[in-house]
Amino acid sequence: MNLHAIRAIYHFELARTWRTVLQSIASPVITTSLYFIVFGSAIGSRMTQIDGISYGAFIVPGLIMLAILTESISNASFGIYMPKWSGTIYEVLSAPISPVEIVIGYVGAAATKSVILGLIILATARLFVPFTIAHPFVMIAFLALTAVTFCLFGFVIGIWADGWEKMQIVPMMIVTPLTFLGGSFYSISMLPPIWQKITLFNPVGYLVSGFRWAFYDKSDVSVGVSLAATFGFMLLCLAAITWIFKTGYKLKT
Amino acid sequence: MQPIISVRGLSKTYAGGFQALKSIDLDIRKGEIFALLGPNGAGKTTLISIICGIVNPGSGQVLADGHDIVADYRAARGKIGLVPQELSTDAFESVWDTVKFSRGLFGKPPNPAYIEKILRQLSLWDKKAEKIMALSGGMKRRVMIAKALSHEPQILFLDEPSAGVDVELRRDMWQMVRGLRDSGVTIILTTHYIEEAEEMADRIGVISAGQLILVEDKDVLMRKLGKKQLTLHLQEPLTALPKELADEPLELSADGAELVYTFDTQSQETGIAELLRRLAKHGIDFKDLQTSQSSLEEIFVSLVRTPR
Repeated sequence: MNLHAIRAIYHFELARTWRTVLQSIASPVITTSLYFIVFGSAIGSRMTQIDGISYGAFIVPGLIMLAILTESISNASFGIYMPKWSGTIYEVLSAPISPVEIVIGYVGAAATKSVILGLIILATARLFVPFTIAHPFVMIAFLALTAVTFCLFGFVIGIWADGWEKMQIVPMMIVTPLTFLGGSFYSISMLPPIWQKITLFNPVGYLVSGFRWAFYDKSDVSVGVSLAATFGFMLLCLAAITWIFKTGYKLKT
Repeated sequence: MQPIISVRGLSKTYAGGFQALKSIDLDIRKGEIFALLGPNGAGKTTLISIICGIVNPGSGQVLADGHDIVADYRAARGKIGLVPQELSTDAFESVWDTVKFSRGLFGKPPNPAYIEKILRQLSLWDKKAEKIMALSGGMKRRVMIAKALSHEPQILFLDEPSAGVDVELRRDMWQMVRGLRDSGVTIILTTHYIEEAEEMADRIGVISAGQLILVEDKDVLMRKLGKKQLTLHLQEPLTALPKELADEPLELSADGAELVYTFDTQSQETGIAELLRRLAKHGIDFKDLQTSQSSLEEIFVSLVRTPR
C-alpha cells in the first residue's frame, strides 16, 4: 500500500477545501441555515407536528442529508475533474499508485469534508430548532456511510464529465429533486397511496428515512432497508469505478 | 549491460483506428542522454506516455530497470520521472506544495532538504512560496522538472523540454540535464529542436509514422549520414557546366557564380584534388572556397522524407 501517496492526495484535497473555505463550508452552511429559518422557524411554527415531532425538528435530518448528498457529489467530482481539466492527471496516472489508493485519497478527502460539513450544519440547526438524537452513533455512522457512498458517486461523475456543465447536471437535475421528493420536508405517509408507492423508487427516500430514524427513532421504511439500499448503491458505484480503472475510461486512451 | 529501458514489439492503435506505434524495439542504456526525434504525429509522445503509464499499451512489452510496466508497475513507475510537453500545473498551489505533493505521490517520505536542493538547482528557491499561476512560462517549466525530480528518479523523460522556452533558459536547462546525466540519471528527451539533440544527446533515435527508423550514436550518425560540401566561388560566372564535367557531383548555382561539390566523409578519396585539376584544365578559376558539413537537421529531414 502506497500510504505516502494516499496521504499526499488526501492532504492536497483538504488543503484546497481550507483555501476555499467560503465556497466549501460557509456557503452550504448559510444556504441550509436559510432553510431552517424559513421552513423551520418561520413557517414551521405554524405547522402541525409530524409523527409527534415539531416540523422544524422534523426537517433537520432531511436538510442535513440534502447538503451531504450535493456536497459529497460536488467535492468528489471536482477533486478528480480538476486534474483532468488542468492536465495534471498525468502525474497521478504515472505514479506508482493503485486505483484503490487513488480512490481512497480522493474519496476519503471529499468524504471527510462532507462529514465535517454535516456536523457543522447539525450544530447550526441547533441554534434555530430544538431536537434530540436518539441514536447518536448510528447517526454518525449513517452520515459517514452516506458521505462515502455519494463521494464515490461524485468520483464517477468527475471521471465521466468532460465539461463544467456536466459536473452540475447530476447534483442539480437529479439529486436535489430526488432529495426534495424523498421526504426531506414531509413524511412519506402524508402522500396519497400512489405517490407513496412511487417514492419507494426514490433511493434518496431511504437515506432520509434512515437518517431520520437515527434522530427520532421513527422512519418511513425500516432502517435495515435504508442501510441495504445505501450499501447497494455503494456497491454499484464501486463496480462503476472498478470498470473505469480496468478500461481506462476517460482517463487513458 | 542490461538496458534501463527495454521496449520489445510495442504497438499501439488508438480507438479511432490510428496506428501510432508499429512494433517498436528499443533499448535505452543506463546513464545516457537519448534523443528521440520525429515530426509531429510520429509517435514520440505515445511511446513516452505508454512507458510512463499514461496511455494503455497495445501489444508488446516494456521493462523499466527490469520491471514490467504493467505487471510490476509500482517498481517500474517509481524509477521514472516525466516532464510532459504541456505546461500542466496546479495554478493555485505554491511551488513548494506542488513539489512536495509529487514526492508523496511517488511513495517517498517527506524530505524538505532534498526538495530545497532541487529548488535551488532549478533557481526556484526564492519562488517557493509563490503560487504557480504567478510564474512565467519558463519558471513553470522548471517547476514541472522539479516535480519530476522530486522522487529521485533514475530515468527522466523530457517531452519537448524547450517548447516555449527562451534561449537563455534553454541553455540553463541543457546544463541541468547534463548535470543530471553526470549524477547517473538516464535522460530520454523528445525535441523539435535538432540543435538540442545535436548539443546534448549521446544517442539518437528517429521515429516516423510510428516506426523507429534508426537508432545510432550521435557521432556515428553524423559521420555515416553526414555529407560534406565544397563551395567554389568562381572568378567568372558560368552559364552552364561543361559537359566534360557532367560525371562529377557538381551543382551550379542559379546565378552561375558558385559551384557546389558534394563528397562522402566516409570515403578515403574525397576527389577534391582531381576536381580542382579538371576545373583548371577547363579554364574555370575560383577566387574563394569553403567546406561545410551537413547538420543533424539535414540528416533528420532526409531520413523522414525517405519513403518507406
